[in-house]
Amino acid sequence: MNLTLGPLLYYWSRDDVLAFYEEAKSWDVARVYLGESVCSRRHLLRLSDWLALAEQFDAAGKEVVLSSQTLIESESDLKMLRRIVADGRFRVEANEWGAVRLLSEAGVPFVAGHTLNVYNPETLDVLAGLGAKRWLPPVEMSRATLAALLERAPAGMETEVFAYGRLPLAYSARCFTARHYNLPKDDCQFRCLDHPDGLALTTREGEAFLTLNGIQTQSAGVYSLIGELPALRELGIVSLRLSPQSRHMGRVVKSFQAALAGETGAAEQLSRVMPGPAVDGYWHGRAGLEHSTEKNA
Amino acid sequence: MPLELICPAGSLVSLKAAIDNGADAVYMGFRDNTNARAFPGLNFDETQAAEGLRYAHDRGRRVLLALNTYPQPDTWSRWTGAIDRAAKLGMDAVILADAGLMRYAVKQHPQLRLHLSVQGSATSYEAVNFYREHFGIQRAVLPRVLSLPQVENVVQHTDVEIELFGFGGLCVMVEGRCLLSSYCTGESPNTAGVCSPPKAVQWTDTPAGLESRLNGVLLDRYGKDEKAGYPTLCKGRFAVGGETYYAIEEPTSLNTLDLLPEMLKIGIAAIKIEGRQRSPAYVAQVTKVWRAAIDSVKKNAAGFKPEPAWQAELNKLSEGQSHTLGAYHRPWK
Repeated sequence: MNLTLGPLLYYWSRDDVLAFYEEAKSWDVARVYLGESVCSRRHLLRLSDWLALAEQFDAAGKEVVLSSQTLIESESDLKMLRRIVADGRFRVEANEWGAVRLLSEAGVPFVAGHTLNVYNPETLDVLAGLGAKRWLPPVEMSRATLAALLERAPAGMETEVFAYGRLPLAYSARCFTARHYNLPKDDCQFRCLDHPDGLALTTREGEAFLTLNGIQTQSAGVYSLIGELPALRELGIVSLRLSPQSRHMGRVVKSFQAALAGETGAAEQLSRVMPGPAVDGYWHGRAGLEHSTEKNA
Repeated sequence: MPLELICPAGSLVSLKAAIDNGADAVYMGFRDNTNARAFPGLNFDETQAAEGLRYAHDRGRRVLLALNTYPQPDTWSRWTGAIDRAAKLGMDAVILADAGLMRYAVKQHPQLRLHLSVQGSATSYEAVNFYREHFGIQRAVLPRVLSLPQVENVVQHTDVEIELFGFGGLCVMVEGRCLLSSYCTGESPNTAGVCSPPKAVQWTDTPAGLESRLNGVLLDRYGKDEKAGYPTLCKGRFAVGGETYYAIEEPTSLNTLDLLPEMLKIGIAAIKIEGRQRSPAYVAQVTKVWRAAIDSVKKNAAGFKPEPAWQAELNKLSEGQSHTLGAYHRPWK
């Protein structure tokens, strides 16, 4: 089982993005997902910049996957998607079924992202037939459901599980960050730049609940399966996806590597650099915001 | 025929109300989690479905079956069984979201007409055409996230008929790509066919006001003069940056009467009315207004203007007594 650095879901300055990935080159991850998968208005890195980064990671011996946009709305979104598919140098993660169409037409192997909604082996088999070599279950899928699905998964299909980070829960045409600032989406003034880990949404009694990240809504709780490595191994999971955060990401990677190596105290190390309370309810078939230690205690 | 009127049938009484008031077709679900309105007391068993079909077909109307949740591995046969029953009953179409289930339907019942559900999250013609090429879908229901020019672009690049939501509850998120409900309660539309399920709702009168909670999470607190609505997660009031407001969406309904001439012009095949969970009286009133409006726009699109009486009637029925054009109208975003 190895580690994967998921696509950057937030909007950071160009310097911050480049510094983050410069550091990431030294991290012990097998695979890096690059590109803008959340909002087409985010443009501080162009496709050519992402491809240049991809070449650097490739040279550093890491596998590169280009993540495609999850919500396609306009012809220019499709144009970008076609450019990503046409480049052909790197594997692409399809995050909606238009990308699946383009990738299967191009006859290239691809990664089926977690927003394709693969909930059963039959749908996974459809994707395998179209060229998917690797897939991610929906982030809400429990261990028990995943186990049942994998019993009949197509041969050779690699499974990657979203194992760390704020959970990407929803996508909208509306930008909730712009809405917070009373700005129209078309003139959002790129306020996401002020919130490198999203904008916290709490209930009226001050309980952390969600995180606004432009058109994407995330959990406030930080999903972590660091305590579930034996179960993940038993299921035959090939990779664990760690989702980028603005600070201490290198330490997140180190904690997971330590846990994979069987070192004690890894979960404790991780908890010190998490930007919010840990949650893992989904994995245990419960509400996503729950944490197993609360319920099992 | 363009601009068919597709109305919700949560029960046999609602089905008859929709047909009697001018629906071209109704959509229904079976009585389990194979559809996205899996609420207690709602939906059809096989006998009722057969009676509904007879009622509709006798009057030259059609019945569509929503099988638009995502089949789970352990209970896969529940969904395929529903497909088999739909075919046996003679449903005019099934509305599906899951690719694996579509493949099953095509193999086992090639004559069965397939519609892509809004829960399939197809927002581009590339996605719509994917389902056309692989499973022969005849119609797609688009998520409520595109502006009308974006919808027009989809229509121009596909042979698939395009159906749009016209009235009723408004999903702010891309349907099929929203897990807020399961994050809070453990059940989502994708897996359980419910959003913000009633069993997780709790109302409490407190000195600070009436509070609505979902699985313990405070969604809103109402002052004395405020009208409390159903606690749908995305329509609660939350605090962001020290400010408390409807951070995601106001409790409002979608109402696109004003857009009918444009929808006709760009070639929309059908308008869908949301609300299988609503009462038969609601279905009757909404269907009646929309029948009159669609007839009127087809007669004279250039001179079409929604009658004030229609809007008044629909406003009365709307959630929070207000309505929006949603994403069809760009400033909403």
